[in-house]
Order: sequence, then structure tokens, then C-alpha cells
Amino acid sequence: MKKSVLAALAVLALSSAAFADTIKVGVVGPFSGPFAIQGKNFKAGIDAYMALNGSKVGDNDIEIVYRDLPAADPAQSKALAQELVVKEGVQYLAGFYFTPDAMAVTPLLEQANVPLVVMNAATSAIVTKSPLVVRTSFTTWQTSAPMAKVAKERGVKKVITVVSDYGPGIDSENAFKTTFTAEGGEVVDSVRMPLSTNDFSPIMQRVKDSGADAVFAFLPSGPTTLGFVKAYNENGLAKAGVQFLAPGDLTQESDLPALGQAAEGLLTTFHYAVSHDSAENKKFVEAAHKAIGNPAELSFPSVGAYDGMHVIYKMIEATGGKQDAQKAVDAVKGLAWESPRGPVSIDPETRHMTQNIYLREVAKAADGTYYNKEIATFEKQGDPGLAAAK
Amino acid sequence: MQTVFSVGIDALAYGMVLFVISIGLSVTMGLMRVVNLAHGAFAMIGGYIASYATQTLGFGYGVAILVAVVGTIIIAIPVERFLYRRIYGAPELTQVLMTIGITFCVIGIANYVFGPTLKTIPLPEALRGPVDLGFRSIAAHKLFAIACGVAVAGALWFLIEKTSFGVKLRASVDNAAMAASLGVRTKIVYAVSFAVAVGLAAFGGIVGAELLPIEPYYALRYMVTFLVVVSVGGAGSIPGALLACLLLGAIDTSGRYLLPEYGEFFFYLAVIAIVCVFPRGLLGRSK
Repeated sequence: MKKSVLAALAVLALSSAAFADTIKVGVVGPFSGPFAIQGKNFKAGIDAYMALNGSKVGDNDIEIVYRDLPAADPAQSKALAQELVVKEGVQYLAGFYFTPDAMAVTPLLEQANVPLVVMNAATSAIVTKSPLVVRTSFTTWQTSAPMAKVAKERGVKKVITVVSDYGPGIDSENAFKTTFTAEGGEVVDSVRMPLSTNDFSPIMQRVKDSGADAVFAFLPSGPTTLGFVKAYNENGLAKAGVQFLAPGDLTQESDLPALGQAAEGLLTTFHYAVSHDSAENKKFVEAAHKAIGNPAELSFPSVGAYDGMHVIYKMIEATGGKQDAQKAVDAVKGLAWESPRGPVSIDPETRHMTQNIYLREVAKAADGTYYNKEIATFEKQGDPGLAAAK
Repeated sequence: MQTVFSVGIDALAYGMVLFVISIGLSVTMGLMRVVNLAHGAFAMIGGYIASYATQTLGFGYGVAILVAVVGTIIIAIPVERFLYRRIYGAPELTQVLMTIGITFCVIGIANYVFGPTLKTIPLPEALRGPVDLGFRSIAAHKLFAIACGVAVAGALWFLIEKTSFGVKLRASVDNAAMAASLGVRTKIVYAVSFAVAVGLAAFGGIVGAELLPIEPYYALRYMVTFLVVVSVGGAGSIPGALLACLLLGAIDTSGRYLLPEYGEFFFYLAVIAIVCVFPRGLLGRSK
């Protein structure tokens, strides 16, 4: 008797669980290895969003399934996405730090009936690879082009560009060159340096010899940035009045404690600074600090993930929890909201984010730490990279 | 002309930093015949201790160097006693597997304890900022690194060639059994040389931290560079390592000035050429 009651209860428990669906979201990112800090930021952004907005949409529970992809590896990325879709039954794919990883997944989306929300990968072309891709981060073109306008406004006439020799570096060089030449400036020389460069003194010598008023630089965030910024100071370029211009990857918040005084006064353009002054951002930073543990590690990928979760929640709301990728993507086209980074919207054409780009200067806070201080705003910037590719 | 001088000074500084970091590996590989891929890991441990000592404990730079070198040696003693002693004289593959395993363990522990962010070692006022040489300015810490390189090279040469310890070391390496039967306590000789090599790694990690910043993947990121220096210079040869560092520093730096697009092409081209002509390295000893 007892046994049969238990069995009945068990059946009840199982069937009642089936009424409210659990919707799974698969997130692929670098959670271990040299880029683990960026994956940690993905997770902090997602956790912050779920802490502030609950882990339920309607009657549906949301469950995040994480998969670790330590370095750019398209084949592995595709395999992980396939596994998430087939074995885990995820209805949404999200995350992706590196462009090639996101690109590798796009051919799967249509057949799997799964939308992809890119939370970081910043090459313009990703959104053209499938109509089911939505991006909530930024593109290198989007963050680099406004710098050319800043340079012009500040009376810089001759610029030398110095970038790391890989996809985003070349994107950044093209974005700056195109915009700066259109503004009537002159790019006197373009240096592409290998990713593995440690000693930047010879590069600084090149900059000096070129006679430019300013250097526009792009390097991936991390150890090399530190060497580059130090070399800029130590070789007397700062003193000689050669201005330092770069997109905000170079002064991401988690690198600032190490850069310290060397970074003070550097000008960068970017879509998000942790110091952004708004009620939305205050709420976000508080929740994200709790999620990440060490506040010094919080930087830009977290906000891409936070907004990515917002988009996914809206998609689930629109589809009522049923798997319909096209309907989900259509529902967020033109969606506008107040993000921690400021007002944003999803461009219905490109499915990429239209957002403010800020000019920031690295400044010293009252407590002796350094932060990115926003000093000017370029409102409602789309992605110039897609237009340039046409 | 000014540019040539300028690039030359950069090359010298870069070469000397390479030398200070790599020379310890030359000692373990050449004199002790251990392919120690964990060399970078010990350099990184030194860097982390120095960073912790200056940033958290508030020690001065000089004290921090001392603490870090001694601390790294203390950490290395049990590692030597329980792990390295098993692989002295073992086939190279065993040594490679063991030391790369140690490297991965150290990376994991560093990542767990100190987190994935960059760690810096604040320089004292005197070494901070540029020094004007008349025709250009150079970072003071680079001059310091050049001085350290010269001092280390001199001290090591004296230790190995002119002291009785050096005689015992060379004897133990050439024929351990014969040296032992003549009353040389080879185990102690090996342990001391291992400690010296590890201490040099830690010292190099700190002095070179401005060029090669301390982070968990330090141990793997620069491993190839260290190995290249040793194989080009000839394992165990101090003048050889010095020559290799200056040569490779010059090629790398001028290559990066003139044709940065080619990346490390010229660096590795030079390495291939040198190793073809001198299979034992520039000043390597034949077996």
C-alpha cells in the first residue's frame, strides 16, 4: 500500500513538473584558460540579470547551461553548440567571446530552430551570416570610428596607426583610417605588429620617427596592453606631446589596477564604462559585483551578457516558451530599452545594437584607484562596419 | 644614426632581460642535464611573491626581490627532493612530461590563489620613469636590467669557473659516480645548483616583469623563448647564453622596427640558421 502511494506521488511529481517548462539557454564562453576573466564577466552579467529579474519568465523556469571554450576554436565551438542543442535541448544559444567561434555556429541555427545572442564577438560580419543572430555587444568599427572624430576635433592632423596583426586589429585600423581620412586627416603610417610582441620600444621609435601628432592603437586586452602603454610613457612619447588614442579594449577596468599611473590621461572610445553614471548602472554594478566576487575584475563583457539576457527574456515572453526561433528574433527587432550603458535598441535591419559611444579619459578616483571617466557622448551609433563592407 | 643607436639600446636592454630570465634554465639543462620546462613557472612564482610582498605587505623593492628569491627557493626545495630527484639522468621524454606537468599545476594554483588578472611589482622611485641619455630617453628599469644581466653573468662565471663548488659541480656533471667516489657529495651539489637555478629564475621573473608581466599563463607563454635562448647559446655555457641573448635581442628588435608585419619571422629564421650551423649552440660543449 505504502509503496503504491509513493509511486503515485512520484508519478504526480513528475507530471506536474512537465506543466511549467524549463527553458534552457546554452552559453558558450572562455570560463578557463588565459581568457577566463572574460568568461567570468559573462557569468556575472547573466547572474546579475537573473538576480534582479528573477529566474522565471511567465510560468517557465530559465536554466543556464554553460560550456567552456578556453580559446578561439571554431570546430570545438560548433561541436559544443551541437551538443547543447541535441543533448541538452537548449532553446537559445548565447555568449561567444571570439568572432570565429560565433561564425562557426551560425550554419546550425536555422535547422536547430535556435536563435543566437552574441554577447561579445565584435566583427561586423557575424550578423550577416544568419537571420537568427542578434548581437548585444559592440563592433570594433562602432567603437573605433568615433575616435577619428575626436582626433579631428582636438586638432590632430597626422596620425600613425599601430595595431595587433589579427582580425579585430585590422578592423580597428580600417575603421579609424576610413573615418579619419573622410574627416580630412592624414594617416602617415600604419604598423601591424605580431600578437606575441613583448617589447614595444622599437614600435615607439617608429611612432617617433613618423612625425605624427597622435598614435591610434589597438591591442587585445591583457598582458601586452600593459607593456604597450608603459613603453609609450617610457620612450618619452607622452612628453613629446604625441597623443594616445584607442578603443576602450585597451583600458578595460580589470587591467586598470595593473596599468595604474601609466594609463592616466589616455583617451579611449567605448560603449561601456563601469563608472557610467545612471540609476540602471548602479543597480547593475551592485548585482554584478556580488556575482563576480572580486569587484576589480568586472569589465565590459558583463554588460553584453546582461543585455543579452534581457533580449532572451523578451524572446521567451514573445513566444510564450514555445520554440520558434524566427518569431523570437522578430519580436526583438526594434526593441529599445534602458541598459546599464545608456539607451540602446536593436536595429531591425542588422540585428545589431544601436548605442551611445562614449569618449573616456583614464582618471584617478578619490580613493587612489583608476577608472574610465566619461567626458563626451556620441549618441545612437550604429555599426559603420557593415556599411563599409558593402 | 640616432635611430640606429636608439634601436641598439633597445636591443641591448631586451637581450639582457632575456638573459637574466633564461640563464637559470641554461644551468639546469646544460650542467644538470634536466630539461626543465617548469623554469618559467619558477620565474612566475618569484614574480607573484614579489608582487605580493610589495603590494600587500608593503615591502620595498630590494627587500621584495630578496624575499621572492628566498621564498621561491624554499618552495622549490620539496619539489626538488620529491620530484626532480627522480628524473636526474632519466630519459628526456620523462623529464619533459614531469616538468610540463609541474608547470600546469603551478598555473592552476596561481590562477586559483591570485586570480587571472595581471600583477605588477611597483618599482622604486629611482627606477621609475625615463632617463635622458642625450639622444633619447630610456626607461630607468631597463638600465637596471642591463646592470643585473652583467652582474649575474659575472657572478655565475666566477662561481662555476673559479670556486671549488664550481669544480665539484662540473665534476659531478661529467661523471657522477667518479666524483662521488672522490668524496664529492653529489646530491648536495645537485640540490644547491638547482636552488641557484631556481633563484635565478625568480630574480629574472622580477627584473623582467616590466616587459613580461606576471599572470598565470606566464609559465607557458614565454617557455619557447627561454628554450630558444638556451639552445642557440649552447646549454650550460654562460658566455654562449649571453651571446645568444644579445644576438637574438638585436635581430628581434631591429626586425620589429623595420618590418613589424613579418612578426617573428626573422627571429626564428635566425634560430634555424644558427642551430643548423652550430647544432650544439653557439658555444655549446660537445658531449
